[in-house]
Amino acid sequence: MNHGSGGSLAGKLIRNIFVKRFGMDEPLTDSAVLKENGLLLAFTTDSYVVDPIFFPGGDIGKLAVCGTVNDLSVSGAMPKYISASFIIEEGFSFHDLALIADSMSSEAKNAGVRIVTGDTKVVEKGKCDKLFINTSGIGMMKSGFETISSAMDVKPGDKLIINGPIGNHAIAVLGARKELTFSSPVTSDCASLNHLINNVLEECSEIHFMRDLTRGGLATVLNELADMIFSGIIINESTVPVEEPVKGLCEILGFDPLCLANEGKVLFVVGNEGHQKVLDVLRSHPLGKYSEVIGEIVDNGRNMVILNTAIGGRRIIDMPSGMQLPRIC
Amino acid sequence: MCLSIPAKVVDIKGNMADVSVGGTIFKAGLQMVENVKIGDYILLHTGFAIQKISEDEALETLKLLNEIEDAMNK
Amino acid sequence: MRHIDEYRDKDLIRKLSDLIKRVSNLDYTFMEVCGGHTAAIHRFGIPSLLPENIRLISGPGCPVCVTHNSFIDKAITYSKMDDIIVTTFGDLLRVPGTGSSLEKEKAMGADIRIVFSGPEALDIAKSNSDKKVIFLGIGFETTAPGIAVTIKEVEKAGTENFYLLSAHKVMPPAMEVIIKEGVKLNGFICPGHVAAITGSEYFNFISTKYNIGCVITGFEPVDILHSIYMLVNQVNSCSPKTEIQYSRAVSKGGNVIAQKNMNDIFIPCNEYWRGLGEIASSGLKLRREYERFDAGKMMPIKVNNQEDNELCICGDILRGLKTPHECSLFATACVPENPVGACMVSIEGACNTFYKYRVNE
Repeated sequence: MNHGSGGSLAGKLIRNIFVKRFGMDEPLTDSAVLKENGLLLAFTTDSYVVDPIFFPGGDIGKLAVCGTVNDLSVSGAMPKYISASFIIEEGFSFHDLALIADSMSSEAKNAGVRIVTGDTKVVEKGKCDKLFINTSGIGMMKSGFETISSAMDVKPGDKLIINGPIGNHAIAVLGARKELTFSSPVTSDCASLNHLINNVLEECSEIHFMRDLTRGGLATVLNELADMIFSGIIINESTVPVEEPVKGLCEILGFDPLCLANEGKVLFVVGNEGHQKVLDVLRSHPLGKYSEVIGEIVDNGRNMVILNTAIGGRRIIDMPSGMQLPRIC
Repeated sequence: MCLSIPAKVVDIKGNMADVSVGGTIFKAGLQMVENVKIGDYILLHTGFAIQKISEDEALETLKLLNEIEDAMNK
Repeated sequence: MRHIDEYRDKDLIRKLSDLIKRVSNLDYTFMEVCGGHTAAIHRFGIPSLLPENIRLISGPGCPVCVTHNSFIDKAITYSKMDDIIVTTFGDLLRVPGTGSSLEKEKAMGADIRIVFSGPEALDIAKSNSDKKVIFLGIGFETTAPGIAVTIKEVEKAGTENFYLLSAHKVMPPAMEVIIKEGVKLNGFICPGHVAAITGSEYFNFISTKYNIGCVITGFEPVDILHSIYMLVNQVNSCSPKTEIQYSRAVSKGGNVIAQKNMNDIFIPCNEYWRGLGEIASSGLKLRREYERFDAGKMMPIKVNNQEDNELCICGDILRGLKTPHECSLFATACVPENPVGACMVSIEGACNTFYKYRVNE
């Protein structure tokens, strides 16, 4: 199970089993950039297996559309077309399926993409957990951003900016699980970020890297970035936005907010000169109201991610190794 | 030891309380603490209130810390 | 958040750090015996705020780290039975047993469920009357009273399919083992939440019998630094005693109701601590009148008792004799995603904490 959680074990699974056999190019990025007849396309795929299917702020369908739209957007592409494949457990409610389809349709409209093809399979009861969705997407690369996912333009002094508070999706999903004895006011941040990202790319310069935060949280993205750029990253804990209810839950369950899943957050790495403009553009959009500069790229000879803690100490932010487990001790 | 967090009592029904930690509401069994009122802070651990937090003592601790510092500066 | 943020005030922390540097003119070694303290000390970077002549070492305070292999092996054996649901706190899921872990077994289909409290496990028992529900009881004096209350609730509800497999332990016998080993210590940072239940007098034996000071400490950075300041003063004035730093939650007598609940349900027994061996009267088992809830008694099983990997020095680390860096497996064969010893599994284990919070080696 930990191999599906987006951290270091997931990375190992993907590299050891799939990458070399499929002849894929490293570094692996959110989307593959393909050249065909002079056209530059981005192509991505993802599968969604969330439990519960419906949670505050969204459902598995909305998650699927947003996830694919975001993977294309952070690769520098305009998302255009999506496919949707469903593996449905026997006995799954038609009513719920219709609700999910409505949700996907609504989110696709919101994002300005079309769902153009798909597939449906029904499997016996017990062979899948209610519903699995796979979405693949195609987008047109925006000129000048073809290599943004490689982080090749990232340099020491660049600032890291995030578009809002982290951890909401993980906590919303946890809170929606019926068997747990807490109720949380937190809603998932699940959202299509393409319009927000497009505003930034159109109006700002010096955008050196983008990646959306998903399962492994901010800690995963930071460690992946540090590995790609062979430089260090410093994050200031007091500037990382975390909402109070998320903080409280992390304290009581022993979670690290940096390792929690998100579905509507993007990390930008921006040249120092350009970072204020990026902040302004982000903050003028509803999905970026609470954007903050959270750290910078540093040249310290090691590719580590260091946290300056809010109380004046320092520690390393490691790649999360698997799912976070709630603790009592 | 053990994760135990100060939580504010927001509702009481019999020997169960709803307690809030930064806005997230947990259930806490009150079988081990007495005279709990809404607005009190308790230590929440594995679904139970294990102790009431004394506001007076908390203020006293913070006052003491400031006084130690002043005394050292003289 | 109230009663948390005030104790994370950056200015107050810096002032305490300066104060400690001013008054500490000897060499000091303080041991904490609480996983919560191990994690807090490293999460907040406390060592970087202390002068070099103050050394903090971790003792056997992480209930997960000291849970013996055989307990995990028993839990795994139960989980493979079709008519049993194993319920556990999340902490235990990745603890290595002899060949497997609860997490691995869960992935292979065993019905193992994470709960946050005893009452949740009871609810699972009530909604699954055709199965037996076994709750894995870990934790020290902070946790045991809540489990005791749960057993009383089970009895009141007339639920007949709820069982406890107890690995509950109490602190003082293990602390005495550490002291008698001759580990050089100038004081103990004592567990604040254990003391919230037991009262501070529970720890008086440390100063009266062994002339070592102890300060009952809270879990925020201000609490920990304040305690260290108090311990330094005790050493400087050669006056070892029990002091309460965490007075907002701890009194001399503690929570008498919680203690009564614990004593109504449990009695002391001999218990195996991973890395320390068997310690007399250091565990808690159900009293005879509650034995019908004891999984081990009602469904006896046998497991092979195998020792840890011989290169694993968790035992020495738990005794405070060695640090994780002195283990040849640390950060090589033994890493959080593939732990060999229990100290690497628990987020509060010394090895996991060192691994996660190390800075620029």
